[in-house]
Amino acid sequence: MALAAVLLVIPVVALMWVPHYAKVEPELLGFPFFFWYQFLWVFICAALTWTAYKLTLSARGLTTHKVGEDR
Amino acid sequence: MSPQVAVLAAEDTSGINGVALSVLIALFALVTVAGFMATRFKQADSLESLEEWGLGGRKFGTWITWFLLGGDLYTAYTFVAVPAAMFALGSVAGFFAVPYTIVLYPIIFIFMARLWSVSHRHGYVTTADFVRGRYDDRGLSLAVAVTGFVATMPYIALQLVGIQAVLEVAGLGGGDNIVAKDAPLFIAFALLAAYTYSSGLRAPAVIAFVKDILIYLVIIVAIVYLPGQVGGWEAIFGAAEDKMAATNEATGKPNGAFIPGTGQGWAYATLALGSALALFMYPHSITASLSSSSRNTIRRNAAILPAYSFVLGLLALLGWVAIAAGTQPIGLDGEPNAQLVIPQLFEDMFPAWFAGVAFAAIAIGALVPAAIMSIAAANTFSRNIYKEWLKKDATPAQEAKVSKLMSLLVKAFALIFVLTLDKQNAINFQLLGGIWMLQTFPVIVFSLFTRWFHRHGLLVGWAVGMVYGTVGAYNVKNPVTGKAFGGSLDNIPGIGEMGYIALTAFVINVVIAAALTVALNALKVSNGRDETIPFDYFADADDPRVQKDLADHAHHGDPYGDPDDIPGNAPAR
Repeated sequence: MALAAVLLVIPVVALMWVPHYAKVEPELLGFPFFFWYQFLWVFICAALTWTAYKLTLSARGLTTHKVGEDR
Repeated sequence: MSPQVAVLAAEDTSGINGVALSVLIALFALVTVAGFMATRFKQADSLESLEEWGLGGRKFGTWITWFLLGGDLYTAYTFVAVPAAMFALGSVAGFFAVPYTIVLYPIIFIFMARLWSVSHRHGYVTTADFVRGRYDDRGLSLAVAVTGFVATMPYIALQLVGIQAVLEVAGLGGGDNIVAKDAPLFIAFALLAAYTYSSGLRAPAVIAFVKDILIYLVIIVAIVYLPGQVGGWEAIFGAAEDKMAATNEATGKPNGAFIPGTGQGWAYATLALGSALALFMYPHSITASLSSSSRNTIRRNAAILPAYSFVLGLLALLGWVAIAAGTQPIGLDGEPNAQLVIPQLFEDMFPAWFAGVAFAAIAIGALVPAAIMSIAAANTFSRNIYKEWLKKDATPAQEAKVSKLMSLLVKAFALIFVLTLDKQNAINFQLLGGIWMLQTFPVIVFSLFTRWFHRHGLLVGWAVGMVYGTVGAYNVKNPVTGKAFGGSLDNIPGIGEMGYIALTAFVINVVIAAALTVALNALKVSNGRDETIPFDYFADADDPRVQKDLADHAHHGDPYGDPDDIPGNAPAR
C-alpha cells in the first residue's frame, strides 16, 4: 500500500513544483513547454491513479475480512 | 477603445441570432423532457426519502458517476470564467485550473473511498452527518453544515451567470423591459426547479449525459477548427504573449502572465492545491460521490475523470484563441465584459447552427451543477439543521419533503441574487466560498483517518481559518476599481510570496487545531463519542455483513444509523 501512496503523491509534487516547468522551450507543435507538459500530466496522473487502484484491489484481495485493519 | 468602436461592436452582436437560438431552445426542450422522465431511471418504489430523492438510491455505477461528477464539477461558470480569466489576466489566473483538476484526483482517491464506506454503513447523506457520528458533537456538525450551505448558494447563482452570458450573446435579455429582459432565465430556472423537485438526483444524472456529450463535441470541434482560422497555435501563443506583456493603462503593470514568472510559482501552485483540497468539501461534490454504488466506483472514477481536465485545459486555451481572433466581448449594455468571450468567439467563428449547439452546451452545462448543488444544499439543510435542531423526530419522508421544498427555495434565492444584485457579488461570494470550504477539510478528512484531533480544537481552528480567510479576501483590492474582494491572492506570512489565501488560512487552521488538541488532551477534556468503528471505513457494498447491517437500518427511524445506540458493535449483529 505504501507504493500506491507514493504513486498518488508523485503528480502532486511534480505539479506543485512550478519553476521546473514554467518555461517556453522546448515547444511541441507550437505549444510552449509549460502547456504541453501539463497536458501530458493529465495522462500520467490518470495512469498512476489507475495503477494505485489496481494495487489497492490486490491488497484487499489478500486480506479480505480481517476486521479492524485499514488499507 | 474609442466609444464609436464600442457602439459598432455592440451593433454587430446585439441582433437576435435566430438559428442559434432555435437550436438552443430545441436542445433545452429535449433535456427538460429528459429531466421529467428521469424518475423512471433506475426506478425506486418511492422517492420519499433522502436516500432515493437526494442520492438516487446510491446505485450509480462507474459510467453514470463519471458523467454525473463530470457534469457536476465542470460547471457552466467554469466554462465561462476560466477562458475569460485566460483572455483577460493570463495563465496564473486561468491555467491553474489544469493542475488543480489533475492533483484533485489523487487527493480524492485517498479519502473519498473511506467517506463512501462509512456513509454507506451509517446512512450518512452529508459530511456534517459524518462529523456528527464521529464526535457526537452537534456544534461541530453545524459548523460544517452551515459552511457548506452558505458556500453553495452563490455557486448556484453563478450557474445563472453562465446561462446569462449565453443568452446575452444570443441576443436575448436585452432591452429595458424588466420582464422581457429576465424572462428567459426565469423560465429556464423554473423548469429546472420543477424537474429537480419531482425527480431528485436522477434528473441531473440523466441530463449530465446530454451535457457532457455536447461539451466534448463543442470543445473538440472548436480546438480542431478554430486555430486554423486564426493562423495556427504559433500565432495564438504569439498574440497571447503580446497581450499579456502589454501594459495595462489602469494599473500601469503588464496585463497578465504568459507563463508564471519568477515568484508567481507560489501563486500558481497554491491556487491549484488549495482549490483541489476544497472542491470535494462542497456538498454537491459529496452528493455526487455518495450516490455511487460502491467504494471502488469512486476510485475508478479518480482514474477516468481527468479526461475532463484535458478538455478544461483546451477550453482555457480558447481564451487565447479569442485573443488571436480579435474577439470583442461587448455586453448588451455596450460595456466590455470578459465573461462573454467564449460565447462571443463561438458566435463569431462558427456557423449559426453550431453556435446554437455550443450555446446549448454551456446553458445545459449550468443545469446539471445547479440541480445537484440545490439538492446538496437542501439535504444539508434538512439533515443537519431541520432534523438536528428543529424537528428531531422527523421521519425520512418528512426529511425528503423538506429537502424538496428547500431545493426550490435555494434556487429562488439564487435567481433573486442574480437578478437584483450586481453579479460581481456572486463572484465575490464564490471566491469566499472556496476559502470557507477549505476550512472544513481538517474536520472532515482528518477525522476520516484519525480521532487524534480534538473536536473543540477542530472547531476553533475552523473559526480562525474562516475569519482569517474572509478578512484576507476582503483586504485584497481590485487594482482597477479599488473595491474589496479583488482577488484570492495575498502575501503568505513568513514566505513573502503571493499565495492563495485559502491555503494560508488552512495552515493556520491546522496549527491551531493541533495545538489545542495537545492542550485539551492534557486536560483530559472528552473528545465526544464515536459511533463508527475501523471496519466502517473500508466496508464495501458487496460485503455480506454490510448487507445485513443495511437491512437492519432499513426499518428504523434514526438516520444516524445505530439501531441499538451502542457504538461500535455493528459487526457483532
